Amino acid sequence: MKSPQDLVRFVLPIAVFAAGLLLWEAIVRAYGIQPYVLPSPLLVLKTLVADWPILSQSLGVTLLTTLEGFVAAAIGGVVLALLFNQSKWLEYSLFPYAVVLQVTPVIAIAPLLLIYLQQQTAVIVCAWIVAFFPVLSNTTLGLSSVDRNLAGLFQLYGASKLQTLLFLKLPAALPYILGGLRIAGGLSLIGAVVAEIAAGSAGAGSGLAFRIAESGYRLNIPRMFAALLLLSLAGIVIYGVLALVSHLLLRRWHESALGKDS
Amino acid sequence: MAEPGLSGSDSGSAVRLRGVTKTYDSGVTALGPLDLDVGRGEFVSLLGPSGCGKSTALRIIAGLAAPSTGTVELAHHGAAQRGSHTIGFVFQEPTLMPWANVHDNVRLPLKLARLPAAAADARIDAALDQVGLAEFASAYPRELSGGMKMRVSLARALVTDPDILLMDEPFAALDEITRFRLNNDLLSLWRNLHKTVIFVTHSVFESVYLSERVIVMTARPGRIGAEFRITSSEPRGEEFRTSAEYAAFCREVSGALAPSYAGQAGA
Repeated sequence: MKSPQDLVRFVLPIAVFAAGLLLWEAIVRAYGIQPYVLPSPLLVLKTLVADWPILSQSLGVTLLTTLEGFVAAAIGGVVLALLFNQSKWLEYSLFPYAVVLQVTPVIAIAPLLLIYLQQQTAVIVCAWIVAFFPVLSNTTLGLSSVDRNLAGLFQLYGASKLQTLLFLKLPAALPYILGGLRIAGGLSLIGAVVAEIAAGSAGAGSGLAFRIAESGYRLNIPRMFAALLLLSLAGIVIYGVLALVSHLLLRRWHESALGKDS
Repeated sequence: MAEPGLSGSDSGSAVRLRGVTKTYDSGVTALGPLDLDVGRGEFVSLLGPSGCGKSTALRIIAGLAAPSTGTVELAHHGAAQRGSHTIGFVFQEPTLMPWANVHDNVRLPLKLARLPAAAADARIDAALDQVGLAEFASAYPRELSGGMKMRVSLARALVTDPDILLMDEPFAALDEITRFRLNNDLLSLWRNLHKTVIFVTHSVFESVYLSERVIVMTARPGRIGAEFRITSSEPRGEEFRTSAEYAAFCREVSGALAPSYAGQAGA
């Protein structure tokens, strides 16, 4: 944030956001639109504060699900990629199914999962299904984009398979893995929300998505917006945290984390 | 397919190639047949046009590629030093690990040999000292110039105290001033450490400046076209670079190299 251009890049989106809110507020007031049709931003904020005990609890539930799904996706994606990297047979046998899982819309799978699994498990599995693929494909790409000469050097010095993996392949793949995790963070939130909505119609659950569905039935539109706002914020925070972790891990050496002048 | 042997020979050769060829799956023969003897402590350059298989020859000597036919024998000074420790390899690119600092990059061969860190540190410091980078141990490759990165690469090759140093156009990508300095530093390292050096280059001037012997290779498939023993009365330095005898050697070697280019379109 040094040059005026950086400042403009920072201020502009905020200005657009503020202008949008003002316009929204003005339209709602000018036309006297009822809150159950479109609540004003101010009312959404008030609802957020008033309903905080319920909403914060739901936020916790959704965040926990997201985190569990994310961790499962991160471990599952990286481990699968490592196995594929070690054995071509395994890759040929299983990779098509990873693609099938990825391209089948999770919203269509969620009701099925809810039949066969406990609700809490089903929700996590949903988050996992949506989020693991970018980790898997990015890690696979990273593991196979090792410098050929460096690999030759490891061979020359008689490195074992494990040494090559730990000291060469994994560090070389790290920027790719982190890129995959950044996508997976947002996706696991989506997976959790989709599963909660699918489960919500079955009656149980208390996550934010469930609150949105429930408020919809009750025509409590301000609370819908408040819950939506929290989901959005959660997504932004998840992305920001992962981007920060990525930056901290790569800042000493990787192009993506270096400033223009270095 | 012939196995590259690792048996010691008492003939005084550090490296001995007999009838080595390399044919790729596509049927293209890139190299040979090549017979080559390099004496212990000798500095030999392989000089030739690009695509003549000189890098392939180096990779075969290192064991990074298998010859299609023929044998490779490497002598080693002590029985305890069998295998990888006898060879240091420097690539055309510095080939450093960008995620590790200079110290850890140089440490790599020792780490792969599972040498304890305490024992490794002294050798790493010595190797960095030899290439004049002692103060840059904690720098990352991204922070170094091209010449300095190449010095790190050289230190990494030296850290195992190899008998044979294989260098694959190591200074080709550097600017001339840096290349001259590294040439001089390499010469003094060679004089002090008594390594056998096989140096692949496409520069006539570099090969004459550095080597005791220049081997000119023919165009693909690469064979030995001519050999020159480069003798100079004084220890080599910048005066040699501008001397009449240097110019005469360069003219001679260039003349031998010309037929290799004659067959190439656009050369």
